[in-house]
Amino acid sequence: MRNTKRTQKIAFFLMLLATLLIVVPVGMIVVIIVQKGLPAINWQFLSDIPRQGMRTGGIFPAIIGTIYLVLGAIVFALPIGLLAVIYLSEYSRDNFLTRIIRLAIVNLSGVPSVVYGLFGLALFVVFFKFGASILSGSLTLGIMILPIIITTSREALESVPQSFREVSLSLGASKWQTIRHIVLPNAIPGILTGTILGLGRAAGETAPILFTVAAFYLPQLPKSIFDQAMALPYHLYVISTQVPNVDEKVRYGTALVLLVLVLFMNLVAIIIRYRFRKKKKW
Amino acid sequence: MAKISTNSLNLWYADFHALKDVNISIEERRITAIIGPSGCGKSTLLRTFNRMNDLIDGVRIGGQILIDGRNAVEPGVDLVALRKKVGMVFQRPNPFPLSIYENIVFGEKVHAGKISRDKLDGIVEYSLKSVLLWDELKDKLRKSALSLSLEQKQRLCIARLIAVQPDIVLMDEPCSTLDPQATARIEELMRELKNNYTIIIVTHSMQQAARVSDDTGFMLLGELIEFGKTQDIFTAPKNKQTEDYITGRFG
Repeated sequence: MRNTKRTQKIAFFLMLLATLLIVVPVGMIVVIIVQKGLPAINWQFLSDIPRQGMRTGGIFPAIIGTIYLVLGAIVFALPIGLLAVIYLSEYSRDNFLTRIIRLAIVNLSGVPSVVYGLFGLALFVVFFKFGASILSGSLTLGIMILPIIITTSREALESVPQSFREVSLSLGASKWQTIRHIVLPNAIPGILTGTILGLGRAAGETAPILFTVAAFYLPQLPKSIFDQAMALPYHLYVISTQVPNVDEKVRYGTALVLLVLVLFMNLVAIIIRYRFRKKKKW
Repeated sequence: MAKISTNSLNLWYADFHALKDVNISIEERRITAIIGPSGCGKSTLLRTFNRMNDLIDGVRIGGQILIDGRNAVEPGVDLVALRKKVGMVFQRPNPFPLSIYENIVFGEKVHAGKISRDKLDGIVEYSLKSVLLWDELKDKLRKSALSLSLEQKQRLCIARLIAVQPDIVLMDEPCSTLDPQATARIEELMRELKNNYTIIIVTHSMQQAARVSDDTGFMLLGELIEFGKTQDIFTAPKNKQTEDYITGRFG
């Protein structure tokens, strides 16, 4: 009897330890980056172009580049992902073809990001002759986040109670009207959450943009989607490894901006989910 | 002529033979109750009248369902028109997570597209008056329908249906989640509604069938065992199995 109690205590202690082990690195990353990066943050850093071989000045073009890329990715991935998911979860029956499609989606999310980069290089940059451009980079990122959008949107659609669909159909609404007026409005918070999580992922990735869009140093803003652009993750890589004698606080400052951008998007997603959960009563 | 009549109606869920040669004839502006033990096919029968069974994979239907003389199970039937004509009230009150107002005008908005605000207001008032909710709710039409009591929700669902102007109202155990008082009031409403609608109710409760219906059908294992005036069924059943069921020997 006492023995079981002690075993239980030890087990719980180990679980607590494991949990703490997860929290510690997260906390430390945030603390270190804030501590070392915060001194670099000022208006000039956020609004100026990089100067003196990226050792001083700001990171404005990289911030703008990342925002363009993320927006481009969403313009491409959200409509395609949403249409695909409506088809898969509302229209298609369970058969060999749809099972293959689902398997493909699961596998797509397991592909390493650098492979997406190579794929984007081969398809968009070279084959479609978009060159290294915002268009190529956005499309590559878009494909990378498609599985995230599809998976979360599917969950959102499936969480809408079947009874809503039944009632709507029984009132003489067509299938499409049911989806438009009943299913989608109730699934939107879930879809939005997934989309924003996908955006956060797209904003932070380096490998997919490496060959498709990112410029080493470009002191002006891109003028069209066929221009190259700087981007935060790649800029961070460059000033950390490729340019000698960059002040530590510039590097950490860049990392901090990227981190805040991604965390901010995740936070928005969390808030949307939380408010929706509170409202949902069925 | 009967409002709804079936001709050797058969239904299979994949290999399961759920309805066996059902021949029933339902009269206009009466309440017809379908009773029987769980799994006897009474809900399935109800759901063939507005083709809701189509939503289930692997359903096959044979025979005929004539609604106002037109076969509802032949290929190419306009399901939207059929379901407008044959509405349904479900077991669990299931208002949409919208306002009371939006719930009632849902059907109209879907069917008519753009319509004037006045007309919508009129529909809401008429529908809520039909289910005796108008006085209670007229000042809170913008409130969420989810904030209503169970009974109010079920009444609202009936109002939502009335707004579509159906001919026939199918009710699938509409009172099974309600307490006795609320049940009595909904039954009262049903008597009121039969002046304008043909009502078919599936119920677990023999007492309810006896109280509210004009005609009763008793089903067992997918077959319609006996059908007739409610009074006759409950006082002088012709079939031994019907008698056993209504006297409580099984079920």
